[in-house]
Formats: sequence, C-alpha cells, structure tokens
Amino acid sequence: MQQFAFEMQDVSIRYPHFTLDNLNLSLPKGQVMGLVGVNGAGKSTTIRILMGLIKPDSGQVKALGYDLPKQQVAAKYEIGFASDDMRLYKTQTLQWHMDFIRSIYPAFDTAYAADLLKRFDLLAEQKIKGLSHGQRVKACLLLVLARRPKLLVLDEPTTGLDPVAREEVISELADILLDDERSVLFSSHNTHDIEKLSDHIAFLDRGKLLTLQDKESYLESWGRFRCQVTMDNSAHVAGAVSIKRKGQIAEVITDQWTQDYATQLQAAGFHVLEQHRMSLEEIFVANVKRSR
Amino acid sequence: MSYGLFLSTVDKKPMYLQIVEQITSKVLIGDWPADMPLPSIRELAADTQVSVITVKRAYLELERAGVIVTQQGKGSFVSARADLNQELKKQELEQQVDVAIELARQLQLSDDEFVQVVQQRLR
Repeated sequence: MQQFAFEMQDVSIRYPHFTLDNLNLSLPKGQVMGLVGVNGAGKSTTIRILMGLIKPDSGQVKALGYDLPKQQVAAKYEIGFASDDMRLYKTQTLQWHMDFIRSIYPAFDTAYAADLLKRFDLLAEQKIKGLSHGQRVKACLLLVLARRPKLLVLDEPTTGLDPVAREEVISELADILLDDERSVLFSSHNTHDIEKLSDHIAFLDRGKLLTLQDKESYLESWGRFRCQVTMDNSAHVAGAVSIKRKGQIAEVITDQWTQDYATQLQAAGFHVLEQHRMSLEEIFVANVKRSR
Repeated sequence: MSYGLFLSTVDKKPMYLQIVEQITSKVLIGDWPADMPLPSIRELAADTQVSVITVKRAYLELERAGVIVTQQGKGSFVSARADLNQELKKQELEQQVDVAIELARQLQLSDDEFVQVVQQRLR
C-alpha cells in the first residue's frame, strides 16, 4: 500500500517565460496540503503536472500509486480535480451534469450530492448560464466532492466567493478530515483558508519551492519583534529575515524563532519591547520579499 | 455534532493553544467530567475546521499538562487525577507569573527588582 497520496520527484518544465525548477513535493496519505504563492508562482502548473494534464520535461509524478501522465485514465477515477477554468455546459442544468458525472463515475454518491445541493444553496433544475460566479464554483465543487475522491485537488477553490459561500466550501472540506484515507491538495492566495485547514504548507515563488513544512512548526518558526535600538547600532542579528528601522525603533522578523531569540536580540543591543507571532499572510509576504 | 469550541483566527494565540485552553476550561468547570472520552482528533478537526495536525498538537499538550490521558487504540479521556483541578490552577498561576515577568523585562527591571515588586504586593 502506498504511503503517499502523491509524489513529485525532480520535476522540471521549461517555458519561454517560466521555469519550474526541480520540484520535489509529496503528501502523506490522509493529510491536507496548502499550496501558497503569488500569481504566476507556478501553482497551477504544478497542479496541472500532478493531474497529468501537462507532461514535465523531466522528473517523476505519482498520484495514488499511478504513474502520471501514463496512467492518468485509471488515476482519474480516484482523483477529483476542480479549477477555476473548468467549463460546464451552459445550456444544461446542474441535474444534467450530475447525471452525466454519475454515468462516468460509478462512485458518485447521489445522496451526498443532494445534501450538498442544499448546503451550497443550489438548485438542480437551474441551467448553468443562469448561475452567478460563486454558484458556478460551488456547482463544480459539488460535482467533484460527490464522487468522494481519494485525492482531491483544488486549484483556487475559494477565489471569487463571498464570505458566506467560502465558509460553506471550507466546512465541506473540513468534513473530509474525518476520513484518514482521503487527501487534499489545494492552492489559494487566501492564506487564511490554508492556515486553518492545512497540515502542510508548500510555498512556491517564481517556479521554485521555497518551503515545504508541517504548518505548526512552520508558523512557530516565525516571529516579529519590536525593539528599541541606539541610533548608532547597525548590528545584524543572526537569523533575522528583515530588520526595519525608524529612529530608535526597529522591527525584526525572524524565521528561526526559539525561546532564546529575544535574549539573542538583547545581546546584540536590540531591546525587545514586544514580540508577536505572525499570520501565514505576513510570513508569506516576508518570505517572498526575502527570496527575491 | 458540535463540541462547543470557539476558535478565532484573529486571536493572538495560535489555534492549538486556543484548543488547549478551551478544553482545559471545560474540564476545570466540570462540563467535561473525569474519564469522559474526548472526540477523536479527526472528529474535532472536522468540527472546528482546523487541520488534523493542529488538533494533534493540542492533544499532545493537554496530555503533557495532565488534563487528558491517551490510551493506544482507545482514544483520549479526561484525566481522572484527583488533584487535577489543583494542578491546573497551579499551571495557570505559573502562566500569569510568566506574563508578569515579560512585563518586568519590558520595563528593564532586574530580577531582584522584580522580586521586590512581588514582595511588596505580598505584604
């Protein structure tokens, strides 16, 4: 039995204006990974390679034990994929789409689909062209979720949703956590959603993986300090990602936070006034700025 | 099924700590009595919409603090220790002292000066 939901090894792909560079990314079964990065960082390319939609120039891709893209047909029965540019048939109803999906995927759970319709506040008999953007996103998710796939891959599932719809989607994703056989990979620039649900954080920037770590220790390794320094102190502190000064006040951000970091700062002449932990969003910005 | 934990993402405290504190307080006030089985990690994760790893961490901390005990294959239970209440209050006292120490450091008080402040209050 394979231990990983998916594994990407040394995957590279080169486009005229974008290179995905030697990517190594894997997710243990039963866990949730959040893929974070700015627009154009390579999130969608990564997901497309993982889904077998793009063949990488080099490297190996396995999902649920299947080699991709070679065995993508077999793999797709167990993988659910939803992305922003997924097309539904405009002139058909949501019910028609549900019947269509059920004819292809025997695992389609009609009762769960009916349940999701209610919870997502959708109407089965409504035609796709009459749906709002948010309703269309929810309709796509419904079609994927109702198959109860072993691996769920979602490219920006909450983008463009209003807060209520987002909460509905997140709460359905949270329900997947009950099953230790099911894994989720989702990308988002909404760091808030990722921060809550993910076991692992993968950080992409300009086609490079900056970080792949379990969320708890990752969030814990970052910290921000507000310090008082003397005007002539230009010392650099080990482990500081950024130091910003204005007059006697300096803000120090570190990605190597420990209990003793404040003491280290004091020793370097930085008198610590306050320290805070950082949200994933703040870490995201600091991390991207540093790597560039 | 809801377990009545109210987590906030704008709270300065990390999510796992909010879970630790709220479960501890449920135990302290007796809503969760001794030997009561806790929800499984995945159940609580789904219910509170936080990741499994976060709940796992909270349970480990609760175990370390003696609030819960975990039996392999059976799950976690509220600890039946007779002195649990006393012990938890002691931990809370220590945390409060840590907060005071942090403030003293910000004021650049020496350890002796801090002890003096405490002694003054004790009189």
